[in-house]
Amino acid sequence: MFNRMNRDQAVTTTSRRTFLKLMAGTGAGLTLGVSVPVLAAESTKTSINEMGQFQPNAFVKIDNAGKVHVVMKHLEMGQGTYTGLATLVAEELDANWDDVITEGAPADAAKYKNLFWGAQGTGGSSAIANSFEQLRIAGATAKAMLIAAAAQSWKLPASEIRVENGIVSHTSGKQAGFGALAELAAKQPVPAYEDLELKSPKDFRLIGRKVSRKDVGKTDGSAIFTQDIKLEGMLTAVVAHPPRFGATLFSFDASKAKQVKGVADVIAIPTGVAVLAKDYWSAKKGRDQLEINWDESAAFKKSTDEIMADFKVLAKTPGLPARNDGDSAAAIANAETVIEAEFEFPYLAHCAMEPMNCVAQITPDGCELWNGEQLHTGDQHAVAGLLGLKPEQVKINMLFAGGSFGRRANPHSDYVLETVNIAKAKPGVPVKLVWSREDDTQVGYYRPMYFHKVRGALDKDGNLTAWEQRIVGQSIAEGTAFEGFLVKDGVDKTSVEGAATLPYQIPNMHVDLHTVKLPVTVQWWRSVGHTHTAFSTEVFFDRLAKAAGKDPVEWRLQLLRDHPRHAGVLKLAAEKAGWGKQLPEGHAMGVAVHESFSSYVAEIAEVSLQPDGYKVEKVVCAVDCGFAVNPDIIKAQMESGIGYGLSPTMMSKITLEEGKVVESNFHDYEVLRIHQMPEIEVHILPSAEAPTGVGEPGTPPIAPAVANALFALTGQEFDQLPLALNKG
Amino acid sequence: MSVTLNVNGQDYVVDADPDTPLLWALRDHIELTGTKFGCGIAMCGACTMHVDGNPIRSCSTPIAAVGGRMITTIEGVESKAARAVQDAWTELQVPQCGYCQSGQIMSATALLESNPNPTDADIDAAMQGNVCRCATYVRIRSAIKSAAKSIG
Repeated sequence: MFNRMNRDQAVTTTSRRTFLKLMAGTGAGLTLGVSVPVLAAESTKTSINEMGQFQPNAFVKIDNAGKVHVVMKHLEMGQGTYTGLATLVAEELDANWDDVITEGAPADAAKYKNLFWGAQGTGGSSAIANSFEQLRIAGATAKAMLIAAAAQSWKLPASEIRVENGIVSHTSGKQAGFGALAELAAKQPVPAYEDLELKSPKDFRLIGRKVSRKDVGKTDGSAIFTQDIKLEGMLTAVVAHPPRFGATLFSFDASKAKQVKGVADVIAIPTGVAVLAKDYWSAKKGRDQLEINWDESAAFKKSTDEIMADFKVLAKTPGLPARNDGDSAAAIANAETVIEAEFEFPYLAHCAMEPMNCVAQITPDGCELWNGEQLHTGDQHAVAGLLGLKPEQVKINMLFAGGSFGRRANPHSDYVLETVNIAKAKPGVPVKLVWSREDDTQVGYYRPMYFHKVRGALDKDGNLTAWEQRIVGQSIAEGTAFEGFLVKDGVDKTSVEGAATLPYQIPNMHVDLHTVKLPVTVQWWRSVGHTHTAFSTEVFFDRLAKAAGKDPVEWRLQLLRDHPRHAGVLKLAAEKAGWGKQLPEGHAMGVAVHESFSSYVAEIAEVSLQPDGYKVEKVVCAVDCGFAVNPDIIKAQMESGIGYGLSPTMMSKITLEEGKVVESNFHDYEVLRIHQMPEIEVHILPSAEAPTGVGEPGTPPIAPAVANALFALTGQEFDQLPLALNKG
Repeated sequence: MSVTLNVNGQDYVVDADPDTPLLWALRDHIELTGTKFGCGIAMCGACTMHVDGNPIRSCSTPIAAVGGRMITTIEGVESKAARAVQDAWTELQVPQCGYCQSGQIMSATALLESNPNPTDADIDAAMQGNVCRCATYVRIRSAIKSAAKSIG
């Protein structure tokens, strides 16, 4: 029915999917299809849960009122996953969409693991992709049992009973809702996968259409985020963090802080000094009164300019190979024309609207967390390790996250452990850690800085004969549980993905990497390595195109002849944007195409010159993410990915001066606002391939598309982000 | 020290220092958590609520300044414009993570109450102070126009 994704390919191209396997301690292969674990209720003869609901498996519960509760194994952080996952279940169950309710899964990797990882967590744009068969099977199972219950009750053959929009019926006129049949359905045997028939796409009623979103409460203030959790006796904690990476607490005087009304306690923790109070404002005022001496003897005191200068020195020598086709050195030596470029990328903060926060309580049984939980298994193990507990003693309540963009999937469990370290000092007391925007901006875990050096060779006919690319930067995976899966022969895939996988047909190609160790903490940021490799590769491609006298779209298509999905989105975007058409004076278009997380996106940006710089007028986007489960959410994610990517394109960067982070809040870490948002048009390429993710792939092409448009318009070569036009 | 705040038509006596920002009085003392904390310096708009019908950034407004004034939050906003905005937000599926949307809706509502037919430039001016990191701006603009049309 669907072309199943080539597993090996999925593993190599979507790196984050596999590595948590180790952490979860599951060596079992991750296969879709017949062995997909839906986890039927096996311990009892009936499928009745402790709530008295019909629960045939880990994902579906049907109560006597006929409400269908779908258990969400992935975090809703805006990407629409609650709607998408519920769609899969409701489709095969033929539920009435209005009766479908979502609830967050507990931390339980055996039941709720990401099938691409082997551990429970959300990331790598994998939620729909890894759940596509699993949750449809979960829905089909429940439906088969409801039909069996009706057959038994009505004494009619199951084959004559159908389900439509939440109603089970027979041609004789007999009919019943799910609620009325739930109890009897729970007594039916759970069917084997082989006995289930999943729908053919032509019969889909929900998949492929716009449905109302299930992450409700976001227009009336009723949706609950971690920030909104209020528990009996809860204290709010704020933390004074060291001013530099590598600095530690030497001594502190809390006497003034403790005099602030509402302050309950001040304690030293491994990451600084925590002030606990009955409310945030009291805690913050307490923090303002702290007198702290930091030990900065081992602190990092370089500036980002100095870091970049060091990177440039390293780039003069060969790094560790990430790809080597043919003989690029020989091809360059024999070339008619050699073009060189250098690209610099700054640190970037994720800057989710909800600053990092977490609630923890040490309980008699262990520890309970309330969190916009993105890495259940990792955080569960980290907290268990800190407290000397078994992982299952760490209970996690997954709440909506007010954005994440990768930040809440911290492989060091940084803010979660900070919370637990405070809660540990107050057994039984629920503690809510609240970071201010300044904490969120300055504590670290940035998209790393990178330096790229690229060389391309053209022969006398303008053919691209060689491409060499050297990348210098910090590793995201090194020193984390992800290292074993992501770092091979010293090369962190997340540093080179998108460059080492460049799809253009180039006979001689060499990509290498220098990994630099620095105390500045780093982490994945929406689309990870593709944030920088899409820029350097696609911007450099246009410089080569200009030198070769080729049209950027035509030449890409020519060199993508073995990559039909790249070519497909590129053609569609070019056609919809009217590539080559006459534009108003002072306007130009630029293009970029890039695959990430097995989804293919082309974007064409139209820019204009303005008295104070430039404006991104319009972006036409084409996406191939396999079969489109929720087209409106796919469009929303392309809009979001483009808008998120426009901030570093136009204005955002983190800088260090003498080791201190300069930017602290929205006034100096500027982000895109409504008047800077272009018009966006999204086109989804029809596809019968298995669905792939959309949370990240919209981001990589936007910066190079804008840079290429500005290059076409002004001739200026851009080698830094954010993009700034030369004066005069 | 206590201050009486009139929130959504109801009086609350809040025992807090007068310099306490309205946002934290609402969130931590009155326990109305629909209004969000984003930056604390009036640069992101997540904390937008209405005082006497005008949009203000509650993270930077001390409670001493709003005693006796009419405070309206996302939980209590119910004008025709507010309903139209909320309906348009749902219909066009504006919210993604949703964290900034209470503030967006309060700013959009105030805009439509003072200007029932805003141009793109009016929308830019009124909504520029509200950051959305999910970048739902395209849909925010469409939803404001749709709401304006519906209250026509």
